[in-house]
Amino acid sequence: MGHNHEHQGSHAEKYVMVIDVDKCTGCGACAIACSQENNIPVRTDETDKYLSLNWLVIYRITNGKPFPKTKVAYIPRPCMHCDHPICVHVCPASATDKDAKGVVSQIYPRCFGCRYCMAACPYHARVFNWWDPKYPEGTERGFNPDVSTRMRGVVEKCNFCNHRYQRARDKAITEGRVILKEGEYVPACVEACPTRAMYFGNIKDPESKVAKLIKSPYAFRLLEKYGTHPSVYYLSKHEWVKRQTDWYLETQNKKQSHE
Amino acid sequence: MDAALIPPGVKRCGFKKFIIWISFWGLVVLWGLYGLALCWGKGLNQTNMNNYYGFALWIWADLGVIALGAGAFFSGFLRYIVGIDKLKNIINMAVVVGWLCYGSALLILGIDVGQPLRAWHIFWYPNVHSMLTEVAFCISTYFLVLCIEYLPLVLENIQLQKNKFIHIFSHNLHEYMVIFAAVGTFLSFFHQGSLGGVPGVLYSRPFTFREGFFVWPWTFFLFILSAIAVGPSFTLLCTWILQKVTKRKLVKYDVLELLGKISGILLCVYLVFKSWDTLYWATNILPQKGMTITELYQGWFGPYGMWLLVAELGIFGIVPALILICPALRKKEFWLILGAFFNCIGILINRFVFTIVPWGIPTYPFDKWVLYLPSWQEWATTIMPVALGVIVVSLSYRYLPVFPQERELNP
Repeated sequence: MGHNHEHQGSHAEKYVMVIDVDKCTGCGACAIACSQENNIPVRTDETDKYLSLNWLVIYRITNGKPFPKTKVAYIPRPCMHCDHPICVHVCPASATDKDAKGVVSQIYPRCFGCRYCMAACPYHARVFNWWDPKYPEGTERGFNPDVSTRMRGVVEKCNFCNHRYQRARDKAITEGRVILKEGEYVPACVEACPTRAMYFGNIKDPESKVAKLIKSPYAFRLLEKYGTHPSVYYLSKHEWVKRQTDWYLETQNKKQSHE
Repeated sequence: MDAALIPPGVKRCGFKKFIIWISFWGLVVLWGLYGLALCWGKGLNQTNMNNYYGFALWIWADLGVIALGAGAFFSGFLRYIVGIDKLKNIINMAVVVGWLCYGSALLILGIDVGQPLRAWHIFWYPNVHSMLTEVAFCISTYFLVLCIEYLPLVLENIQLQKNKFIHIFSHNLHEYMVIFAAVGTFLSFFHQGSLGGVPGVLYSRPFTFREGFFVWPWTFFLFILSAIAVGPSFTLLCTWILQKVTKRKLVKYDVLELLGKISGILLCVYLVFKSWDTLYWATNILPQKGMTITELYQGWFGPYGMWLLVAELGIFGIVPALILICPALRKKEFWLILGAFFNCIGILINRFVFTIVPWGIPTYPFDKWVLYLPSWQEWATTIMPVALGVIVVSLSYRYLPVFPQERELNP
């Protein structure tokens, strides 16, 4: 695990996602595109969301004030692809790894389903195959041939549509390039967002959109105090949105409001 | 009917009565096997676990029985390494109980993983940074050590002893037991600690996260301490229950008292460090994560309320520690047994707090508490090892010379 990082330490790619919460309408197109792209199975009864296989979940939050002062925001949550990924640290069978371009992967045939990674992940980005995968009749015609289906009893998760990266890289190599151009590789959720609230790109390219966006004073990350260093950033001009994405003690609140 | 197998000089109940007793527990095992078959056949959808509760009843049971089973290695350590001779009268029982506890843990783990046929991946693709890897290696090897420690007792059966090779072999095994006691102690210290490390390293879960020394969070050391504090109490309790069920005196009271004393002293030491740890966690670690202790409990009386803290450290912590440390109370059977029982409950609450409560706590400020109740399949497969344990103890007691003092105490 460790030596991989050393070999690829000079890698010129590190992908991050930026989500503009103020632009997100909570339409769910990203979640559907994700499920379709990654051959995620669907059960007849999906009412218990704690059992659903969703790689990207959309949280609805409010400012807690009564009508007419109520404000609502939506937080799309893929895997955070943390720079300090606790799931990689704890997996006993080395079934998950963070590659040099920043993607936290999952090796399904190696995972034996201990679920330690799920217990460790504070974002609930990892889901378990409680059932054998089943697909509504006819949907198999829309299977993505680049993505393997998963078996019962293993953990699965968002991988920033890694197969799209491989496809884009194959194309780039045939054109004599090693580094991808901006927009050549984007996950399905980013591509599907109708309000263009999601951005994706190589943060090591200073000219990329994401490299500029994460420097915005409105940028923040989920649960930063946990020390996981996520690769997914959010943008919002609303203080109440920011307050609900991490834990702040009252004393810290006061200190920050003075600043 | 089975008189030829019963150790000479001791009295046992009639064969018919014994069969009825074993059959009852056999039915419980069958119920558990049915639950197991459902979990293996249909998958873990048979449980009430979910994507928030990846760890649940089974993990609590694993950590619980491994702590309770620590009596085996620690008694072995005190008997063979430290040289407390009096413990030779209880060491066999400690080994049987330990073997059962570790066997149960392995059995439950075999049901708990989503792909049991791939369980070997943990040895083939080990991640040396994972506490669970260390747990898997140490528990498996320690179970082998326990098998070797149990073997001489099995070979002591009167019919087996008639075989010359077995007689010599078992005698030699006894001679080398000090080596296995040392290996068992080494392995046990590591896996008891690593089990504490499993929740302790999770910097992403402020409820369980602890700082520590080098790669080991403080929970690593606290789990070792709590296991050696509770292990002798559980051995004591099992022996006392066996005495009540069989209506025979099996060990002298001073042996039980000694186990109580060992537990009491260690529990006091544990509680000092545990209280210190809890205070540091509440006043330093949580504020660093932007939290207060009250945010991590459901008030005082909710299912995951602060009553857990009071119960674990107070009623089932300080109370048994005071009972077991006090010689006058230890002399009275009622208090000794109460102290040992409360000690076991306290450590089981501790393991519950570290293996089930954390997953219900909201990680996001906007999320809500999620509660969990096990399905009957989870209960059945958790109770099954207890029933198996009763059967193994019953068979061992009936056919093997488990208690060296029994004949003397029942002339």
